[in-house]
Amino acid sequence: MLSMQEKFYWLFGGIGVLLAIASIVGGLLRRRLPDSATVANLVARVRAWWVMVAVLAACFLLGRTATIVLFAIASLFALREFVTLTPTRQGDHLPLVVCFYVLLPVQYLLIGDDWYNLFAIFLPVYGFLLLPVLTTLGSDTGQFLERVTKLQWGLMITVYCVSYVPALLLLKIPHYGDNLLLVIYLLLVVQISDVLQYVFGKLLGKHKIAPIVSPSKTVEGFVGGGASATAIGASLWWITPFTPVQAAGLAAVIVLAGFLGGLALSAVKRSLGAKDWGSLIEGHGGMLDRLDSVSFAAPVFFHLTRYFFEP
Amino acid sequence: MLSYLFAMVVRVLVGARPQWIGCKPTPGLRIYYANHSSHLDTLALWCALPRSLRATTRPVAASDYWNRGVRAYIATHGFNALFIERDRGKREGDPLEPLLQALASGQSLVIFPEGTRRAQALPSAFKSGIFHLAAKFPDAELIPVYLDNLYRSMPKGTLLPVPLTCSVRFGAPLARVAGESKDAFLERARQGVVDLA
Repeated sequence: MLSMQEKFYWLFGGIGVLLAIASIVGGLLRRRLPDSATVANLVARVRAWWVMVAVLAACFLLGRTATIVLFAIASLFALREFVTLTPTRQGDHLPLVVCFYVLLPVQYLLIGDDWYNLFAIFLPVYGFLLLPVLTTLGSDTGQFLERVTKLQWGLMITVYCVSYVPALLLLKIPHYGDNLLLVIYLLLVVQISDVLQYVFGKLLGKHKIAPIVSPSKTVEGFVGGGASATAIGASLWWITPFTPVQAAGLAAVIVLAGFLGGLALSAVKRSLGAKDWGSLIEGHGGMLDRLDSVSFAAPVFFHLTRYFFEP
Repeated sequence: MLSYLFAMVVRVLVGARPQWIGCKPTPGLRIYYANHSSHLDTLALWCALPRSLRATTRPVAASDYWNRGVRAYIATHGFNALFIERDRGKREGDPLEPLLQALASGQSLVIFPEGTRRAQALPSAFKSGIFHLAAKFPDAELIPVYLDNLYRSMPKGTLLPVPLTCSVRFGAPLARVAGESKDAFLERARQGVVDLA
């Protein structure tokens, strides 16, 4: 049996090798096709991946608190992007302030405090009820329901759903104490699925799944990328409490939820009139462009694991 | 040090991402003028400038708001502000005098020609200060700047800013037209900001 430390180094060593290969391929492609926008974007994406992996690795090495703080910051940036694209009015100022400075920090503090029961209902119950009350204080009934709904929606996706990633640290699975590895497992499967769907789509993609909502998603990309990501997820069973078959099943669920999340949030993004959520991460767009599939996969993965693996 | 820390806080809160659309961030005598919708405007524009330019650029801040208590400390040490007196009763001599001195000593300025904040996307009519500054310094480049979203982040009468991604767009220098009337100049200058919106 490998210790958690050893597993961690093997994992990140492996990711480092993959990224090194991607960097070399990117460099060679750029030499051959110096004017291609796709290649330039690919190189920028790989470079951003190095940064994201380094930040993640640093936080995992620092431990539990750093990981929770990292995702709180990610939520902050994601919510910021969501609010930027959502038309808000002066009367929304108070509920917005409360979302950013109260609800978001409390949600993550509840994880730090190991208080699962409140974590799970804090935003869907108390946040949900509080926001319309605060919005009435702005004395502006114009498009009231639309404004409140958008805020509730943004908060649920960018804070509640994203907070399920570090919430994996709350799970108490018998004979398994390396919950940080479970966080890495989830992120790895989601992101590899996204990357491979993109690669398969670019190489083989012919049949668009949803040409209007998300023109880059193809049947070939989804099947090829999803199947490979599921296989990779299964092969990583040794960092999880699952058997290889269970790991394959959960990876398939993560892939599917992530795909659907990407699709749904792409529709939301387009209804707000934007192509990217922001420009925070070079080549990728905004924080939400990277977290869209995570936000759907994390709660599903969390609750399945909790239901089947917690006594 | 303080101004560096400040720039970081502002970046997290409102992004303040610079977009140099019509000019480059080069040194040289400049008057940046922007729409004014929030107390964050001065900070955001200041943070969008590269560090090398911040040393020689002075945002002009209203004395009645910024020259008090903690704000005065932030204004002086955080973004090297130059105070202007808005209150006619307290004025002695030409209120533009400190601005003219700064320009004469080679410092660039950041001004908000509307004179006060308006919670709206487009700027309203400009006051005449910018016309007089431009007339006295014909070689200074007049750079229109558009700040988006900030009026949503911190509208008038609120204390805490809502984090939003704001971009700071720098346009092409305003062309100088010989013998142009004051009103025509002010309207053309305003249009320079509107065009960036």
